[in-house]
Amino acid sequence: MGVMTINGRRVAFTDEKNVLSVIRKAGINIPTLCYLSEMSTFGACRLCMVEDERGKMFASCSEVPRDGMTIYTNTVRLQKYRKMIIQLLLGSHNRDCTTCAQSGDCRLQDLAHKMNITSVPYHDTRDVHPIDTSSPSIVRNMNKCILCGDCVRACSELQGLGVLEFTRRGADALVSTAFDRPIAQTSCVNCGQCRVYCPTGAITIHSNVDEVWEAIGDPTVRVVAEIAPAVRVAVGDAFGMKDGAGVMGMIVNAMHRMGFDEVYDVTLSADLTIMEEAQEFLERLSENRNLPLMTSCCPAWVKFCHDQYPEFEQNVSTCRSPQGMMSAVLKEYYRDPENSQGKKTVVVSVMPCTAKKMEIRWKRNYTRGQQDTDIAITSTELINMIRDFGLELGDLDPEACDMPFGLGSGGGVIFGTSGGVTEAVLRRLAPNHSKQLMDNIADCGVREKKWIREFTVSYKDRDLRICVVSGLGNARVVLDRLKAGEVQYDLIEVMACRGGCVMGGGQPVILGRTPRDARTAGLYRIDNNESVRKCDENPLVQNLYKGMLKDKAHELLHVHAADETR
Amino acid sequence: MLEQSCYDLADRCIAKHGAKPSSLIPVMEDIQDELRYLPGELLSYVAEKIGVSEAEAYGVATFYENFSFEPKGKFEIKCCDGTACHVKKGIAVIEALQKELGLGKDKHTTDDMLFTLETVSCLGACGLAPTMMVNGKVHPRMTPDSAVALVRELRGEES
Repeated sequence: MGVMTINGRRVAFTDEKNVLSVIRKAGINIPTLCYLSEMSTFGACRLCMVEDERGKMFASCSEVPRDGMTIYTNTVRLQKYRKMIIQLLLGSHNRDCTTCAQSGDCRLQDLAHKMNITSVPYHDTRDVHPIDTSSPSIVRNMNKCILCGDCVRACSELQGLGVLEFTRRGADALVSTAFDRPIAQTSCVNCGQCRVYCPTGAITIHSNVDEVWEAIGDPTVRVVAEIAPAVRVAVGDAFGMKDGAGVMGMIVNAMHRMGFDEVYDVTLSADLTIMEEAQEFLERLSENRNLPLMTSCCPAWVKFCHDQYPEFEQNVSTCRSPQGMMSAVLKEYYRDPENSQGKKTVVVSVMPCTAKKMEIRWKRNYTRGQQDTDIAITSTELINMIRDFGLELGDLDPEACDMPFGLGSGGGVIFGTSGGVTEAVLRRLAPNHSKQLMDNIADCGVREKKWIREFTVSYKDRDLRICVVSGLGNARVVLDRLKAGEVQYDLIEVMACRGGCVMGGGQPVILGRTPRDARTAGLYRIDNNESVRKCDENPLVQNLYKGMLKDKAHELLHVHAADETR
Repeated sequence: MLEQSCYDLADRCIAKHGAKPSSLIPVMEDIQDELRYLPGELLSYVAEKIGVSEAEAYGVATFYENFSFEPKGKFEIKCCDGTACHVKKGIAVIEALQKELGLGKDKHTTDDMLFTLETVSCLGACGLAPTMMVNGKVHPRMTPDSAVALVRELRGEES
């Protein structure tokens, strides 16, 4: 508690952990490249330097606010130093901006532009490093790395993995993997959080956009798209709309215009997931087998469990993810010559997630030896396609998804946020869809603003102990407690990214903003607007179980060899 | 593949310092003292046992010049190129040894695993410049000829 003077104005502070937070609260957005409020303070970039009344300079991210402090954030001396820091960073940076995937969204580029830097007096003397394209999800180009360490901390502090680390020293310092192995040969789970936090183009999404355009351009191919729940509240960000605005209809319109033959909604297969997973849950409960049941929608989590906690692999649901189920159903539908009309079908999924690019390759998700999802692209890649095609999303009228796979329940929509899968399961187990009951479920603790949510709900004659966790580092805490016998649960929902898919590694990143709450609220808003909020009341789901899935539900909706995740 | 005895050594070192993350450097040092290098597989093994990520252990090992993933020769020669040794023509000594041993910028150990030649920044014996150190023993006021003679003498002792 106290008051400090910033640039001559008095600013009160309460429990801000550092001077930087007070400055930003006062509406002055001084630049940083290595400061991330959710992680430990690193203090490496020195851009947040401020000056006190005696001319002493210090990094505001690493200074505790004190009552009576007087600081200046933008003196001529500070301006000069900040400019030099950016010039030095640019001096050892591969500046192929025009061909960089990050161009336009690059924090370094943004700062250079804002500080009016028009020349770089330094030459790059560093060795050229090969580009690591081994991962289906991300591309690492260390020639664009500025050693801010954001990816290192995202990987170890948020995700509890520590795949990326600073190696070597001084001018040779390099963010790398153990023994400089290609990232695909490490325990990387492909979550893409390193890419979310990378301020430059050093870590970018492994783009599959060209393959999609190829398929669209081929007249013998029917291109069928499926759109994941979290995509609809993120794509608008890139077109200047309000954070978390629901733009599903506009996305569908844009995709139809771009040449996708059919556009379907993954909320439908999210409903199928709940049908299958709720049944699996009840079976395991009655047999008291492999409990707690752990969710299987998130491929990064599935790989994490496989690599790090093999003892819990049998607890993971055998359900395919919504992406896996949707593609299996679509491919099955077009196996019927009457539906395929002699055309080959290419299934393109649009996901908030980089790990989905890995998941589609898992043989456990294949149906009859065939890969169901042909191409997985992220929301960010979809945004690129829309821009490339020359469309302004905000100008498009909303359109509905196509039939017969274009409708999901509200329970399917909230899959995109942490707690959504659990809430949808609870709705499935609920005896009716009364508003009161739906509200009670929402208030049971499943939407609490915590990374680890623990709560108990009554079902028939017993209490169900449930844990909802997001962020793999938090998942590690839960699993370690479980292993030590400190906690007991019946159901654990795990999402690899903090907050769930809305903050997935493939979502657009907005400079200086964390739209987690806005996107989550956006999904709940859409859910509130749905007439059908329980998966079992979705007429398309009922039709599928009466028709195609009658004796194929297990084959199409579950994984078959649980041991393979590479 | 490393011999089982190496893993036993790692287990002993971990037992001595405790299976905790802060034991990383002492354990690495003990292993390197014993084997005269730090085998990569062993580093991964230690990292898992003491609960640090493999990448973090690799980061520490590559940060310190002292740790080597490559087996070192029987005689570890450290030639000083610090300020004092440099002005007293330490480079000439290093070049003469490189020529004699067939080593260079990227090759530090002879094929017969007898000699490893490293350039270091200071041995703390500037008054004796140019200096070199062989397995911990300092040799003062070297010339290209005396350095080569010393190496030949050591080689003679071996054969």
